Amino acid sequence: MIHKYDVVIIGAGGAGLRAAVEIPKEYSCAVISKVFPTRSHTGTAQGGVCAALSNEEEDSWLNHAFDTVKGSDYLGDQDAIEIMCQDAPRAIIELEHMGMPFSRTKNGKIAQRRFGGHTKPENPADPYSKRIPVKRSCYSADRTGHVMLQTLYENCVKNQVNFFSEYFLTDLIIEDNICKGVVALDIATSEIHIFHARAVMFATGGFGRIYRITSNAHVGTGDGCAIVYQSGLPLEDMEFYQFHPTGLWRLGILVSEAARGEGGILRNSKNEPFMEVYAPTVKDLAPRDMVSRAIISEIRAGRGILGSDGTYYINLDLTHLGRKIIDEKIPEITGFARTYLGVEPTKECVPIQPTAHYAMGGIPTNYNTEVLCDTAGNTVKGFYAAGECACVSVHGANRLGTNSLLDLVVFGRRGGKAITEFLKTSEFTEFKSDPSEKTRSAINKLMTQTGNEKVSVIRRELQENMMELCGIFRNENDLKKMKSLIGEYRERYNNISVDDKGKVFNTELIETLELKNLIDLAEAVNHSALNRTESRGAHCREDYPERNDAEWMKHTFITKNENGDPVIGYKPVVKTRFEPMERKY
Amino acid sequence: MKVKFRIQRFNPEKDSQPKWQDFEIEASENMTVLDCLHKIKWELDGSLAFRRSCAHGICGSDGMRINGKNRLACSTLLKDLNTAKTIVIEPLPALPIIKDLVLDMTDFYEKYKAVKPYLINNTPPPATSERLQSNEDAEKLFESAKCILCACCTTSCPSTWSNDNYIGPAALLKAYRFIFDSRDEAADERLDIIDTPDGIWRCHTIFNCIESCPKEINITWHISQLKKKISAREL
Repeated sequence: MIHKYDVVIIGAGGAGLRAAVEIPKEYSCAVISKVFPTRSHTGTAQGGVCAALSNEEEDSWLNHAFDTVKGSDYLGDQDAIEIMCQDAPRAIIELEHMGMPFSRTKNGKIAQRRFGGHTKPENPADPYSKRIPVKRSCYSADRTGHVMLQTLYENCVKNQVNFFSEYFLTDLIIEDNICKGVVALDIATSEIHIFHARAVMFATGGFGRIYRITSNAHVGTGDGCAIVYQSGLPLEDMEFYQFHPTGLWRLGILVSEAARGEGGILRNSKNEPFMEVYAPTVKDLAPRDMVSRAIISEIRAGRGILGSDGTYYINLDLTHLGRKIIDEKIPEITGFARTYLGVEPTKECVPIQPTAHYAMGGIPTNYNTEVLCDTAGNTVKGFYAAGECACVSVHGANRLGTNSLLDLVVFGRRGGKAITEFLKTSEFTEFKSDPSEKTRSAINKLMTQTGNEKVSVIRRELQENMMELCGIFRNENDLKKMKSLIGEYRERYNNISVDDKGKVFNTELIETLELKNLIDLAEAVNHSALNRTESRGAHCREDYPERNDAEWMKHTFITKNENGDPVIGYKPVVKTRFEPMERKY
Repeated sequence: MKVKFRIQRFNPEKDSQPKWQDFEIEASENMTVLDCLHKIKWELDGSLAFRRSCAHGICGSDGMRINGKNRLACSTLLKDLNTAKTIVIEPLPALPIIKDLVLDMTDFYEKYKAVKPYLINNTPPPATSERLQSNEDAEKLFESAKCILCACCTTSCPSTWSNDNYIGPAALLKAYRFIFDSRDEAADERLDIIDTPDGIWRCHTIFNCIESCPKEINITWHISQLKKKISAREL
């Protein structure tokens, strides 16, 4: 079946929905999502969204930009970061006007709280004076992502946006560097649909599911990023994958930084508040990459706490906060601790471990969300990307907490505006050949191939090995080992047999298609990590422990060549006003 | 430990009506029902269909009937069930089955849309600042805003079972979310929508919705506030 829309947006999380709201009524717009929109992963974000509103104390967008640049370990593009931080107050006010329910201050303004890596100079007159934590994160208890997603969906309902829910993206149609649409599978019927469009936006989210312990939903398989990579287009900075320091032990379910923002303290087996050693000024509110490494270092030094299954964890101590703060400010996450670990956070410490959380890298775009096809900054006509799947790059080598929700609404809107401009002059371009052929033959092959491999077995091995060999600490030997394992998974993939031969809601087929995407993304992450012989932000090479600005102040672009092998290129980092400094907290 | 499951299956390509299938797996008490369903799907029968995403009770995908109660599979741990007996899993009632535990939710979503689930305010907001709202007024909304649209409540309600047209507790809760928002100006419009024979008056205060809500929202209380508001309007 062929559909024709001026704009097709893939993904109904924060970025996709925000873009959809922006498209004027005179253009037809469809949003395709593999889940019903309110099931999207944006809904699980907890702690808040930062903007220098100065509702609780004096702050400025420049402080926010400085923190974001420093947090990115100077790999973020400063022009894009300035745009995001300067636009942040407007973006949050706009969400409030759309109806998003926020916690409030005594004066009825949007309430704000502290968050990791968000600071201001102690002396406002001297930007280089000691930095102290600042209340910048706008929040709605610890359900900020949930209410943001609901609000954006509600606004789409109001605007009567067309949704194709439970459609799985299988291909991107690009001919002569012009993006003409996408191919997707209707999960309910297995019917293949072609969406012919003048503009396509990917807002397809992240790929935490390449790792065993992850905060990401089961749907977080990075389908958009993988399809871009499979199409021969580049992915940027894939080696920078963020581990959030506080996932529930064994499960990886996120325990927001808000828990530490409200005063929670990490403790080792000796009950020591060890972050004092690693980040003397901001302590437990250091950026995520540093806290995750500190946790693993404590465990490696024998100061982890031995769990019932033989693995180690660290304690998150909330007991001193009191029931009122726990119930009012962080009810959801303390509820998770009760439900899943049987721990009462008002009386006991919560066992945590770092959890794979966020891809700083992704589909390279400029700050108008146009997708880049090369390191020179040329774009693919009619193709846009925003949100976690995109790499603008505002997060560089390490994202600060709350900046992801901000990224969604700032760049989702910019994408909507850029597309609207583009539609004024663009036309539909006909297909040169049947764009669904590739999808059809790939699915036929999967449904008929026989072998003794199971999707779940290969996926589990991939996730466990990525965790072990390409996780928080990395080295050449491990990364090379992972490279050869990925080659094996690719071979074994051809021997998977799919039990379910039916057409209706064949989720086994979907999982098989997702696994191919995971394997490709693992390759892109691992190969980029092997190539970057320095440590910066979330990418930590034990064999190259220092940041090396002379050689590595540049973005990695990874592309599949005609033989399907990864090739590396580089793009310079954009610097405006912030000089690289040593990153200390 | 070994745990037995009895799961309602329905494949529209083969079956004329739903049937039961038994599975036995090795499981531990800290596993969720979703973990068990995954284990069954990944190790025993790949064709088993169910929805799931976040796996920690936020996305609202995996509402199902577990031992006769509407719950989220990802928020139900084996230790809270009697594992000595077979655990019985069925789709939520009162909605058409697509396959196995996957329901056609169209009717549920249409009823959600019917209450105009978005802020309506025709007074231009301040140009560069938020609309002010006291924390007290904001907190009036928080409990209702927790709703994850899992449909556990609406499909647990005997009024839903006996009348397809009943708008149901989830939609009423959404109506509350906006009617009681100090920033909203369309309370009357929404009250007109729910003040109908198939609207709020089909709620007979049976409390099933509260029991089935995985987010522990006191839905009946919210509905009672709407009823009061309608009654006050008539006086």
